[in-house]
Formats: sequence, structure tokens, C-alpha cells
Amino acid sequence: MKAAQSAWGELERSVRRRKFIDQLFVLAGMAILFASLLTLALLFLKLVHDGAGRFTWDFLTNFPSRNAGRAGILAAWVGTCLVMLVTVLAAMPIGVAAAIYLEEYAPKNWLTAIIEINVTNLAGVPSIIYGLLALGLFVYKFGLGQSIVSAGLTLALLILPIVVVATREALRAVPRAIREAAYALGATHWEVTAHHVLPYSTGGILTGMIIGLSRAIGETAPIITIGALAFIAFLPTPPMTSHFPYLSFTWLTDPFTVMPIQMFNWLSRPDQAFQTNAAAAGAILLGMTLLMNGVAIYVRYRFRKKINW
Amino acid sequence: MPVATVTASNAESIAAMRVQRKRMKVREIRDRIVESFLLFAALVAVFTTVAIVYILVTESLPFFSHVSLREFLTDTMWTPMFDQARFGIMPLVAGTLVTTFVALCLAIPCGTVIAIYLSEFAPFKVREIVKPALELLGAVPTVVYGYFALLMVTPFLQRFIPGLPGFNMLSPGLVIGIMIIPYVASVSEDAMRAVPNYMREGSYAMGSTRFQTATRVVVPGALSGIAAAYILGISRAVGETMVVAVAAGLQPNLTWNPLNSAATITSFIVQVSLGDLPHGSIGYQSIFAAGLVLMLTTLLFNVAGFFLTRRFREVY
Amino acid sequence: MASEVKLPGLMPATDTDSGIIPVRESGRGSVQVAIDEARRATALKSPIKARAQDLNFYYGDFQALKGLNMEFRERQVTALIGPSGCGKSTFLRCFNRMHDLTPHTRYEGSIMLYPEDINLVARGIDPIEVRMRIGMVFQKPNPFPKSIFENVAYGLRVRGLRSRIRLAEQVEQALRAAALWDEVKDRLDESGLSLSGGQQQRLCIARALATNPEILLFDEPTSALDPIATARIEELITGLRERVTVIIVTHNMQQAARVSDFTAFMYLGELIEFDETTRIFTNPSKKATEDYITGRYG
Repeated sequence: MKAAQSAWGELERSVRRRKFIDQLFVLAGMAILFASLLTLALLFLKLVHDGAGRFTWDFLTNFPSRNAGRAGILAAWVGTCLVMLVTVLAAMPIGVAAAIYLEEYAPKNWLTAIIEINVTNLAGVPSIIYGLLALGLFVYKFGLGQSIVSAGLTLALLILPIVVVATREALRAVPRAIREAAYALGATHWEVTAHHVLPYSTGGILTGMIIGLSRAIGETAPIITIGALAFIAFLPTPPMTSHFPYLSFTWLTDPFTVMPIQMFNWLSRPDQAFQTNAAAAGAILLGMTLLMNGVAIYVRYRFRKKINW
Repeated sequence: MPVATVTASNAESIAAMRVQRKRMKVREIRDRIVESFLLFAALVAVFTTVAIVYILVTESLPFFSHVSLREFLTDTMWTPMFDQARFGIMPLVAGTLVTTFVALCLAIPCGTVIAIYLSEFAPFKVREIVKPALELLGAVPTVVYGYFALLMVTPFLQRFIPGLPGFNMLSPGLVIGIMIIPYVASVSEDAMRAVPNYMREGSYAMGSTRFQTATRVVVPGALSGIAAAYILGISRAVGETMVVAVAAGLQPNLTWNPLNSAATITSFIVQVSLGDLPHGSIGYQSIFAAGLVLMLTTLLFNVAGFFLTRRFREVY
Repeated sequence: MASEVKLPGLMPATDTDSGIIPVRESGRGSVQVAIDEARRATALKSPIKARAQDLNFYYGDFQALKGLNMEFRERQVTALIGPSGCGKSTFLRCFNRMHDLTPHTRYEGSIMLYPEDINLVARGIDPIEVRMRIGMVFQKPNPFPKSIFENVAYGLRVRGLRSRIRLAEQVEQALRAAALWDEVKDRLDESGLSLSGGQQQRLCIARALATNPEILLFDEPTSALDPIATARIEELITGLRERVTVIIVTHNMQQAARVSDFTAFMYLGELIEFDETTRIFTNPSKKATEDYITGRYG
């Protein structure tokens, strides 16, 4: 009797001890998670706090200046917008087309394997290598110069894997039954893809594009390598002109700067005032990134609701 | 019993069929053109890789005709822009290794714990909220992380480590670690979730706690995937540029002490690019040489990670 | 022995001027068949629309269909029955070359389509062309997530029809033929997915009919539907005999008996017996057929 009791007691102790370790681990896990997310919040708050004085209209509409109090991010955010424009126009068609090919057309052969390996590999290439590629290829070999179009194309290549993967997932979500029905009615391969698969994947494709853009917006290293300058006291040539043909493309080859570079430049100056500017710019940049991610999630949610199989 | 087959009905339907046949040809041609375009788009990925290799090799070739490989690998100073130029890559490699090591010291334990927690412990709702939040952590622009490292982490560390210089490798190393935690956590978690439930059930049925099941059954079962996560994390840390460029100083310095300032391969490229870079100058060539080294390193890690990932996906 | 009988679960035979058609109740075992002599006579006189000749089909190395020889008469309903895995769906999908969408499949032999004497499964024949002449209704209703109108119009658009007026005409005709018009005529712009299961299947039938196919294939069209919806669709199929040749795969023998003029019994990829429906269910010549029909297996 006594032996049985003590055996049971020992069992209880063992269980209690192990459960204790369990709880400990849960606490550790939650603590680390909390700390990580706290860092994110801390980061954002610090930026906002440090840059508080500079969230003025002037800041958004001024050019950089040697006087920190007068410096603004006009050239930077205009440059960012223009570069993003080029990025979207390049990455979207190529990324979506590549994904369609891989998902709907590609036979299971060595060429397809090579393409897929490359897509995966490119996702892991450091962004500065893309900068070197752009420097050697776009800036010099193709002669596009240190310009917006070089930057846009570089970033397009950088986010290509993101767009391809997200698009493939969206295409895969379309049920086979829909494709079969379309084929049975005599549609060709492309008709099935264009009339049925693509329209229902738009949500996922958009999501991928937005996430890619949110990544591109914050990229600094490749743009520095291409040679964007940080002291740009002028805007690129406007795309609209007052005379025929009302559309100018000079802006593609103008010198430019982008938000992250402006921030980096200010951050590198020892002057406290410039660091404030950097904080403000950073807050805006971070805010835009988080906003875009939020929009992407929302878009995905809305599209999923609209089409319930 | 011989039975008649259907005979051609009337002229109208035959004419209609001829029209359809013509349209079919047009549709077929259109389909083929579209497919070619799609294939070409898919080949862009291959072209990019080829272009990267080509550019890195051809632009750094003149460098290696100027500098011997031996000097490149063994010299202890990197000062390509000086008159008395020295071309040893070791300082840059040391800087990269130290910051990466610091980053991993933070990211590997934290990322793994988070992964185990999310995979084996956390209730569904928690995971739903936490996973996207973690992804946000990885979406922050790196220059912003640089700010964080320079102006928040360094002062904070200076309180505990007296004499810590304003530029050091510890601070950016830690921040890079924070940056790659989501990455390590999500790939590890994928690997752990791929472990089939019946293995867990076997463990629970013997009276194990969640922690024991996690450490004795799940983690060993997901080992190749977790290794892949670590390796991909390393690759990411090695390639990180802006955080170090901002917070570690830009002076190449051959040291293994994270409390010193130094430059990494990546921050060196940035530094040179900030200045004037005439095409074909030694400075221009040196960044491609550095880039080549970086590319080879990350390629090695990516390939290893790829094969490990494939292994864990195949096993289950 | 003639009698006026309402058989359980059976829709009344087609109306004629004389009123109710005399039917003979007969059947060995569990399947009851209505024997309509007038219909039988018409059926036997119909010319042949399609003929399978020594048809073999392979999934990779596995031979799913073995030497099938069968005739399908114009504007008659032919049913394919047999236990699971006997190849009836596989056979059906050869007619509209759906197997071409799966890699590693191979056809041998022929399915001749008349009057042009075309071999539907020949390598030189474009599957898209085949599918433009032969329609299919699937097991699970699969309308497109488009409006009802666009669902039915899609096949026509693919064939180049653009005029909104003509499209509207054809769509209405098709929906009427599918006995769906009255229920949806006021809401053609609503999503096809907003309909009930039975309505969705009728929408799919309308969609297939809109392109005037020469043969319409049904792959277990009612197995995902409730009994009332099933009955309506069976009625529909029987009526379709006026306009199109029908081949229907079904695992429900009662359904085959109700709806078809000819029935083929398949087992493990082979044709065991093919005959008029009335004969197969009342007096099958092979023992295997009889065993299946009386429920001894399958």
C-alpha cells in the first residue's frame, strides 16, 4: 500500500514538474513574441517622437537644404512615386505573365525546373547585388544612365519573385471544375485562362503587387549603387507638357532621389537637426509601408469574400 | 442488322462549320503567340541570374588582373581608394562574419522558440493575429532599422557597456537579428507544421507534455526544415546592407570584437557608391569584386537551404 | 399484359393526343422498366450518330478501356452503367477529349462521328473542335461565377457571336430548353451561384445546349442533387431526345431505366452487354449483367 502510494506520489511530482516546464515555455514564447512586436511599436513611436517637430506642410513641399529647418522631402517623395510607377509598369506584366506560364502552361521538363529554381534563387539574392547588376547593365551597358528608369527596372527585377509567387498562388486557388466547364464549351487554353482564371485571381495578384511595392519603397542599397543623389534641389521634368504631344518622357532619364536615400543622407549627418528630419522622413516611410501592407491584406480579404466557390 | 448512319443534314450547317474552322485557325495562332510571350516573361528570371553572374564576373575581371588572388584573400587591409592601395578582403569578411554572428545569436534562439510556440502551443486565434504582425516586422525598410540601431539601440547599450563607441557592430548585429526573426520563425514553423499529427499523438498518448512532444518529436522531425530556416536567415543577414551602413561606421577594420566599428562587404559597396565612381576605375572594379564574393557566399547558403527545404517537403 | 400503371418514381411518358400511353410493367429483380412500344420502334429506326470501334484508353501504363465497340443512335438516350471503376466516366470523357487535359493519356482505336466520318480521338483532330460540337454536363454543377445570362452566353461568345440581340435570343431558347427560363427570366443578371443546386445544374445544361451540340454528355448529372431536383432533370433529359443525342453515365440503375433508350453495361473497362433498355433490364443475356442489375454486387 505504502509502496503504491509513494509510486503514485512520484508520478504526480514528475507530472507537476513537467507541466511547470511547459508553462515556463509558454511564458517564454509569449514573452519573446511580445518583445518582438513591442520593438516594432517602439520603433514607430520613436520615429514619430523624434520627428515630431517636422511634420509640417513645409516638410512635404520643400527641397533639401543646407539649413535643416528648411529642408523638405519634396524631391524625395516625388522621386519615389515616379520610380514606383516604372516599377509597377515593368514588374506587373512580366511577373503575372511568368506566373501564368509556370502555373498554366509549363510542361514538367528541365526548362521549367530551371525557371522555377531561378525564381526561388532570385528571392534570396541580396538587394545590393541587384544594384550592382543595374550599375553594370542598365546604367552603363544599356546606357540608361543614373536615372529613374534604371531604378525602376532594378526594383522591378527585385520584386519579381514576390509578384510571381503571389500570382501563382492566386491562380492555383481557382477550382478545376471551372476550367473543365470552360474547356467543355470549346474554349482554347488561353480563353480559359483569360476569361475565367485571371478574372477570379485579380485579388491575389493585386495583393502580391502591393506587397512587392511596399518592399520596393523601402529599398535603399540598390538605388544608392545606381547613383541616386541625395541633394537634389529640383524635381524631374514633369511628364505633362504644355505643348504637343502633351506627354514627355524626359523624366525617365533625369537625376532623382527617393525617400529612403533622403533619410539615409540626413541620418549620416552629425547635426541633431538633420537627425530630426531623418526621423520624420522615416516615420512617413514606415507609415507608408505599413499602410500598403494593410491595404494588401484588406484587398485579399475583400476579394475572397466576393467569390465564394 | 445494318443501320444507317447520320447523313449530312443541310448546307447551312456545313457552311457554319467552315466559318468555325477558319475562326479556329485564328484562335490557334493567337494562342501560340500568347504562349510564346508568356514563356519569354518566365525566362526573364533566368536572364536575370545570367546577367548578374555575367556582370559581376566581367566587371571584376580587370580587378583580378590588377590584384592577385592571394593578396585579395590574405591581405589584412582594405583600402582600395588610397594611393597606397591595399586589397585584402579579410576586414570586410570579418565585419560581415561578426555582425552575422551577433544577429544569429539573437535570431536563432528567439526565432526557434517563437516557431515552437506558434506551432505547438498557441491557440488558433493567437496565431492568426501574430503571424501577420510578425510579417510586418520583416517589412520595415532597412534604413529605418538603421536609424533604430544608431539612435536607440546603441545609446541603450552604452548604458550597460561603458565605452561602447557610437559606431559598433553589436548594435546593428542585434537589429539585423530582430529583422530576421520573422523569417527564421516562419520557415521553421512551416517545417514543424509539416510533421504529421500521428507522430504527435503517439507522444501525447504516452503522457508527454507539449514541451516534451515539441522537443523530442516535432523538432527532430522538422530538423531539415529548421536547418533550412537558419541557413536562409544567415543568407539574409550576410546580404544586409543599410543597417550596418548606418550604425557600424564605414571604416574597414579587421577585428573580431563586436564592440568595434567596422565595415562589411555590403556597407563598403554602399560607401563607394556614395562617392564618385568613374566607370572602369579601380574603385568601380573593387565593388564588383566585393559583390562577387558576396554573391558566391549567399548562393552557397541559398543552394544549401533549397536542398534542405526540398528534403523536408519530400519526407512528408 | 397491358395496364395503365403509375410506376413509383417515374414521370409520365410523353403526352400524346390520345392521352395516356399504355405501358407494360415488367422487370426481373429490383429495376422496373416502362415499356413504351412506340418509343421503341422509333429508337430502333434511328440512324447511328457515333460508333466506338475497338477503343482502348490508357492512363500511363494502366489500360482503363479495353476494346470497346458500341453504337450510339441519333437523338436517342444511351446510358452507361456499371460498378465504380468500370470505366464508364472514362469512356464518356473520350467523346469530348477531356483526357487531353491530363498528361500521359493515350487513345487507341476510334470513335467515329457521322455524317462526316471523323474519328474524334484521332491525334490529328483538334480537341477544341471536338468540344465545340460535343457538350458535357458534369457531376457537380459548376456554373461560372458570372451572371446567369453570361453563363449561358459563354459558349456562344467563344464561337464569335457578339450581337447582344442574337445572344439574348439564344440564351432564352437554351434556358427554355432546360426548363429554367420561367424561374430566372427576371434575374438574368444575378450570379449563377445564387441558384439552388438543381437550378445550377439546369443552368449548366442550358449552357451546354446553347451551342447546339450534336451530342450531349451527362456525367452522373444528378448524383449531387436531391430527389426532387433529380426528377426534374431526368424529365428534362428524356425531353432532350427531340433535339440532341444523349449519352448519360449513371450509377443509378433506376435512373437508366427511366431515362434511356439503350443501355450499355460495363465492367472493368470492357463492354459486357449493350441492348435496348427494356431488354437489358427485363431479360439480360449475360449473367454478369443480371447479377449487377439484381444487386448481387456493385
